[in-house]
Amino acid sequence: MADLYPIQVTVNGERRQCSVQPRTHLVDFLREDLGLKGSHLGCEHGVCGACTVELNGHIVRGCLTLAVQADGGEVQTIEGVSRSGVIRDLQEAFVRRNALQCGFCTSGMLMAAKELVETQPQATRAEVREWISGNYCRCTGYHAIVDAICEVLQQRQEAKA
Amino acid sequence: MKAAAFDYVKPRSLDEVLSLLQAHGDDARLLAGGQTLMATLNMRLSEPRLVIDITGIDALRGIGLQGNVLRIGALATHSDIEHSPLVAQHAPLLKAAAPHIAHRAIRNSGTWGGSIAYADPAAEWPTCLLALGGTVVARGPKGERRIAADDFFQGLYATALEPDEVLVASELPVAGPDHWFGFQELARRHGDYAIVGLAATAKRQAGVLRDVRVVLLGVDATPLRVPAAEAVLEGRTPDAALIAQAVQALRDSIDPLPDLTNSPDTKRHLAGVLLQRLMNGATHGALAA
Repeated sequence: MADLYPIQVTVNGERRQCSVQPRTHLVDFLREDLGLKGSHLGCEHGVCGACTVELNGHIVRGCLTLAVQADGGEVQTIEGVSRSGVIRDLQEAFVRRNALQCGFCTSGMLMAAKELVETQPQATRAEVREWISGNYCRCTGYHAIVDAICEVLQQRQEAKA
Repeated sequence: MKAAAFDYVKPRSLDEVLSLLQAHGDDARLLAGGQTLMATLNMRLSEPRLVIDITGIDALRGIGLQGNVLRIGALATHSDIEHSPLVAQHAPLLKAAAPHIAHRAIRNSGTWGGSIAYADPAAEWPTCLLALGGTVVARGPKGERRIAADDFFQGLYATALEPDEVLVASELPVAGPDHWFGFQELARRHGDYAIVGLAATAKRQAGVLRDVRVVLLGVDATPLRVPAAEAVLEGRTPDAALIAQAVQALRDSIDPLPDLTNSPDTKRHLAGVLLQRLMNGATHGALAA
């Protein structure tokens, strides 16, 4: 067995010092070591997007990132952005539009949607569809999810005007 | 699945990486963005004893203009390239191709150097590097050397890199005012593995194309230049008849490998469709951007 590797990571604003096996990916670390079960593991090879979290301000595939690679970095998970309220409008729109059924993909969808509405406030419906093509939903068929994200884009535009 | 156990080291210098590669040989794998390696580790298609994380090495970073070449460091991410004003100005083909690479979360991690060194025949960056006539900068125990893109891709996932060499950067000739380019790709859904793709570059002077390069992805074991189509276009002004001739030459000269859902004939047809689309855009002056 490989030696444990010490890491220091700021997770949802809280500094954590842990030792991890090098082979542990970021989401296993978050779920099993820190008890943050909001990030999910679907395919575990980068296809489904259920594991989407933010590392140093950008969304990444948590299953394709080693926990040791987050050493010295900052991670935001669905728990952090829910608590801080920065995506409350997205979460409310998802509920209002029935943009989830089983909810397995939802945390990843919301993390992906967060980066879209923050970096491309003018995104068109086609661009929204393209953006979330990296996140699989096996229940809703995407339409309601796209509706919810488009609604938030419009709300944020109106709020700025 | 979970990756098998491995040791991990994050060197601070390229020299340290090179000596680790020499000491551990094929038991070691380099980790940059990890968007291919991590998937193969998780699926246990790859079980290295040692993973060497090269993301702490500043010499591999950055996108910069050096004389008449644009140097893209191995650790530049796909997103870095997509949003770089220097790339938009000096290698606009890359900006056009970037959105075709997977999805945002993957583009935020995956790297230029990783894509080129891995040399997936359906990947965008190796194809663009070849279409631009770029150069790979590699460093090994004997020092640094430059390898032309035309000599770099040698077979399925096989490149001219020696096992003890590291891809440091690539250098691309800076686009002049007469630079002409296009990029087209077909995938079943956005961001999926490409079925067929096409990058083309030339110099366009008074409507005439010179130094034409036409490169296909997803049809052969490496990104594939198509000299027969290049020859039809070389020194000519594209019109409907010439484009039809180039499409025919392309279809006649390639022998595509099938994938799980597409036969060689389907791919041959689609490759021609892409050249037609690219050239039609070009004759109207509205290149894929």
